[in-house]
Amino acid sequence: MPRHPVPHSVDDVAQLLASQQYIAGRHLATTLYLAMRMGRPLFLEGEAGVGKTEVAKALATGLERRMVRLQCYEGLDIANAVYEWNYPRQMIEIRLAEAAGQASKDRLEADIFTDRFLIKRPLLQALDSADGHPPVLLIDELDRADEPFEAYLLEVLAEYQVTIPELGTIRAAQPPLVVITSNRTREIHDAVKRRCFYHWVDYPDKERELEIVRRKAPQAADTLSREVVAFIARLRGMTLYKAPGVAETIDWAAALAALDKTVLDPEAVQATLGVVLKYEDDIARLDAETVAQLVGDVRGEVRDEVRGEAGAGWQ
Amino acid sequence: MAMSTTAPGDNAAKLAENVVHFARVLRRAGMPIGPAKVLDALQALQVVGVERRDDFYFALSTVLVDRHDQQVIFDQAFELFWRDPSRVQQSQQLRDLLGGVRTPLATESPVSPRVMQAMQAMQPTTPRKAASESPTPEISFDATLTMSRREALHTKDFAAMTPEELAETRRLIATMRMPLPVIPSRRSRAVLQGNRVDLRGTMSRMIKAADGFVEWRYRTRRLRPATLVILCDISGSMDSYTRMLLHFIHAVSNSGSRVHTFLFGTRLSNITRALRDRDVDIALAQVTRQVADWAGGTRIGACLREFNRGWARRLLGQGAVVLLITDGLDSDDADELGSEMERLSLSCRRLIWLNPLLRYAGFEARPGGIRAMLPHVDLFLPVHNLNSLTGLGAVLNAAGHRQSSPGYRTPYPAGELHGNV
Repeated sequence: MPRHPVPHSVDDVAQLLASQQYIAGRHLATTLYLAMRMGRPLFLEGEAGVGKTEVAKALATGLERRMVRLQCYEGLDIANAVYEWNYPRQMIEIRLAEAAGQASKDRLEADIFTDRFLIKRPLLQALDSADGHPPVLLIDELDRADEPFEAYLLEVLAEYQVTIPELGTIRAAQPPLVVITSNRTREIHDAVKRRCFYHWVDYPDKERELEIVRRKAPQAADTLSREVVAFIARLRGMTLYKAPGVAETIDWAAALAALDKTVLDPEAVQATLGVVLKYEDDIARLDAETVAQLVGDVRGEVRDEVRGEAGAGWQ
Repeated sequence: MAMSTTAPGDNAAKLAENVVHFARVLRRAGMPIGPAKVLDALQALQVVGVERRDDFYFALSTVLVDRHDQQVIFDQAFELFWRDPSRVQQSQQLRDLLGGVRTPLATESPVSPRVMQAMQAMQPTTPRKAASESPTPEISFDATLTMSRREALHTKDFAAMTPEELAETRRLIATMRMPLPVIPSRRSRAVLQGNRVDLRGTMSRMIKAADGFVEWRYRTRRLRPATLVILCDISGSMDSYTRMLLHFIHAVSNSGSRVHTFLFGTRLSNITRALRDRDVDIALAQVTRQVADWAGGTRIGACLREFNRGWARRLLGQGAVVLLITDGLDSDDADELGSEMERLSLSCRRLIWLNPLLRYAGFEARPGGIRAMLPHVDLFLPVHNLNSLTGLGAVLNAAGHRQSSPGYRTPYPAGELHGNV
């Protein structure tokens, strides 16, 4: 299967992502391009639901490389992140060798610690580029892991090699494309950020969000998409505990389309508010009156917008 | 960029020089940019090309910016620097121009003169001035007829101390070692007897011995320090305790690395970085420069709301203990206060309220603000003298342990947990 070549320019990167239905701003495309060309990891920080993980997925599918995903959590250690020996099988092997009478220690050690009994976890899988093309390594939610793991990760990212005491050092023939994401529930140590190229993923502006909704939820009518985007923009302007992200916008458009709505109305909004807002305090703030007010404003805004575009088309 | 009559090679050299100048300007504005980053910036510009101004901006931003809050400084500096090429020659002018781009240290807000004097009085160079202004210390001798002087100092209220006693208390606080709360982590360490079998260690033992016996190795949980977040009220009603509390907070911050401190009165200020200095006077001087609303009004609800919205999710993850030091006398209404306290208590592991009003033995929670806050608090303790501060150490140590019945917080009514004053 022919592989997609490495992009040659920032426009190439933007087109690559767009072909996977991911609309990136020019800043993100430039950062991605620089990370690929200069061989540095990419560090994406931002609120939950703005599309940090999606970038890695789009990149992997677009470049036709396999994606290795390491989901971080507190207490993540080498046994779960890098490698582990298959202890039960090794113990059986030792027993068999003893039963067969070959209890020579050195021979046993040579037999036991081989690739056969090695379980490769994500970081080690990412270093293995057997088919000639290094994979995309996604290290998701690094802020959930703790500081000792960050220190270990820094070591790995510096040289792209891992040392297994019984086997030796395993080096990557070609360094993988690394994308690290963080939800900022904890400050990542400066050393990790300095090793990577940092990018803060912000909420998109209305035009870009509309394009995203059109691509990801094509079943929604045009007016509905516009009204959804305008409504979400107003919600983000309010002081909510957790502003809705891009994922919520897409889900909401899909949900309303599934209910056969072509325009926003207050009842539908009240019914599906749980798709957009995830905290009870925020939902309580949007009572019936506020919702009706917002829907009225939004519909007027979209009507003017469409009229303006139609008028410009006549010229 | 303006077209010049020099050769393209010269242009490239000039551009490199400008980028180096720009990096120095950013460094002076407070961004940590080492030579490695400057080289990366030049390489990035080679890769991306300089035809489009926005690509140029994005490339430099990608390489030179490390944190989200640095982006603002970078944007301002970029706007000023890359406007006109001839400006680069007049670097002095540029330095003046960028004087206003510095980090908050440069904005001198008018500080209450009382606090200024207090801060000055802490300097070791002016001890005599303090002595001449203070009343004579004979009062303390009267109280030491039955107890030793040190014990008297431990039980004396901060608000009633003379400057010498305050100085001595400060010395005692500086030598205090605060045990920070520990919580069990998900990492383990090897032990001889435990409840979790360590397969890897057992395997290596089996192979080394190869004598047919299996000797189990065990592991147990490690403990790690929990994050401590201190929210301290510095409004007018807390004025007599503010000085001592700041010393105490500095001592606590220097005991461990996971301590974040905020001061609030009419607005919230994050002083964690200002307190980093080991020398307490330098640290507190930096705090004075940064905070503007000393001894002013109290808006606990609004400040808690700002903390909940802007900082709670960044600091309170992974099991944090929150110390709220305030007397609870608020000038706003109590409903908002109640809901914000509830949100705060739901976000953290333990919420401990330290209230200097508990120095009164017969304290009853009458003010509306205090009554709204009390149900959401795990522990309600006094903080008016040295004994209460040392007692806090034991409490903090136990604060990390999980409660016996999870999810149920027992509000202790006032007066039960602290000894007789």
